[in-house]
Amino acid sequence: MNLVRRSARRPGRTAAEATALLTAAVVAFPLYWMVLSAFKPAGEIESDEPRPWTPAPTLDSFRRVFGQQEFGRYFLNSVVVAVAVVIASALIAFLAATAVTRFRFRLRTTLLIMFLVAQMVPVEALTIPLFFMMRDFGQLNTLWSLILPHIAFSLPFAIWMLRGFVKGVPEALEEAAYIDGASRARFLRQILFPLVLPGLVATSVFSFISTWNDFLFAKSFIISDISQSTLPMALLVFYKPDDPDWGGVMAASTVMTIPVLVFFVLVQRRLVSGLGGAVKD
Amino acid sequence: MNPGTAPRPWRRRSGTPWLYLAPALVVLGGLLGYPIYQLGLISLFHYTQAQVSGGEPTRFEGLGNYAALFRDEQFWQVLLATVGFAAACVVCTLAVGCALAVLLTRVRAVPRLALMLAALGAWATPAITGSTVWLFLFDADFGPVNRVLGLGDHSWTYGRFSAFFLVLLEVVWCSFPFVMVTVYAGIRAVPAEVLEAASLDGASQWRVWRSVLAPMLRPILVVVTIQSVIWDFKVFTQIYVMTGGGGIAGQNLVLNVYAYQQAFASSQYSLGAAIGVVMLLILLAVTLGYLRLLRRQGEEL
Repeated sequence: MNLVRRSARRPGRTAAEATALLTAAVVAFPLYWMVLSAFKPAGEIESDEPRPWTPAPTLDSFRRVFGQQEFGRYFLNSVVVAVAVVIASALIAFLAATAVTRFRFRLRTTLLIMFLVAQMVPVEALTIPLFFMMRDFGQLNTLWSLILPHIAFSLPFAIWMLRGFVKGVPEALEEAAYIDGASRARFLRQILFPLVLPGLVATSVFSFISTWNDFLFAKSFIISDISQSTLPMALLVFYKPDDPDWGGVMAASTVMTIPVLVFFVLVQRRLVSGLGGAVKD
Repeated sequence: MNPGTAPRPWRRRSGTPWLYLAPALVVLGGLLGYPIYQLGLISLFHYTQAQVSGGEPTRFEGLGNYAALFRDEQFWQVLLATVGFAAACVVCTLAVGCALAVLLTRVRAVPRLALMLAALGAWATPAITGSTVWLFLFDADFGPVNRVLGLGDHSWTYGRFSAFFLVLLEVVWCSFPFVMVTVYAGIRAVPAEVLEAASLDGASQWRVWRSVLAPMLRPILVVVTIQSVIWDFKVFTQIYVMTGGGGIAGQNLVLNVYAYQQAFASSQYSLGAAIGVVMLLILLAVTLGYLRLLRRQGEEL
């Protein structure tokens, strides 16, 4: 890009790069502080003069977190819920996005508008009716009460986002596949699906995050059987507003954040190109 | 499938799209549509703990819950706070996100990667851990921020505005990356020749941004603005965790948390549902505005 290259040669470049590095440091600092505090010994965390390093790193806080009853179970529950939601919503959204882009039919525009409107629904407001629904179906205190609503909430955005990717696959390709004797199912599976995979990855990031983040539903629907609870609840064990165990909170936060970070780094390139692809549409 | 005849391109057949749409429609109808209907219904009844446990029959109230809500001074105060807080979050998120997206185009690979990774880290952080970490950073006794600023044991969560400000910082921190990455991807997608032509014509940097980039980026800017409005209007976890359920004497309540407190803490389910309906209507209005905007830009759905 000429604009970029030209300005990059200007004296302002050093200032721009310094600003970028400084901003990066500020943005990363909370995460650094979280990990650092997780490794600090108890006496040091509760010091009036917090140090930006620690001379005696320890795993005590992590031991306390993993020693907490059924912490591993919470972690596993969070993973099960998030993975189930990501896979189910990706597949369902893929089929729906294919339908609204490859077919012309009555109500198509209406449906698209409905998907758009569905994106805006304040899901938190639905906690009350969902609570009664889950109770009536006997699903309170089960992972289903978390999985099912999250699939529904992830779908509209996923369909809306995937639409751009499905649209981007040329129709000539589809006709060529049929001439070569492929069936519709086969075209869907072997040609369309791999081609929109970057889009599915970007979509999955969003459904993964919103599910992994969920605090309200876990708090509201898992009320008596805590073995069905998820990570946010485990974290709150250490966070008592009057007297928080900061070491435990930071260690639990670290354990909860790292899987997401790893996931992000793994899909980083596809996420950025995915967003580019979705918005170009 | 009959092997002799190749399938026709899909658009000519009309029956099949519903097959592909069925799973989505079932899930959305059952877990989004039906609960919305139920929410509206509950808001029209008198529904508290006594009705939930079956001790008393439910009583139709009509719009009584809404009347009670609109008479309640606290509701208006919370509504105002919600709108103000969301607006501040949106403006700050967009300003920071766009400024950093432009900055990303001006630097070489290493600083760009550093900023990108830091932003991805903030983006990846779950709302609840982000909330506890920011609280810890600003903790009156053990947080580094007060030490660096020399504020002693000043409590950030005690005052109404400083508590909102602290939550705002966290919200902007975890939501600017979406704006930054999206806008950056958008700038990168602008053909180099266009910018070249503009600068050959002697346009200044600002002029290029205002007259060339901004119009081309408008669809993206609209998308990130709308997403930010929706997300920030619905902030729940951050407020709930950082202000301990809505702040001292409810000074930091926003509609979402208020509805939750009414429903689950006070067992005023119908009142909570009415607040939910009000939120739904506000966001619906935003959506319709967005649709009109799309139409005016001539986008085909």
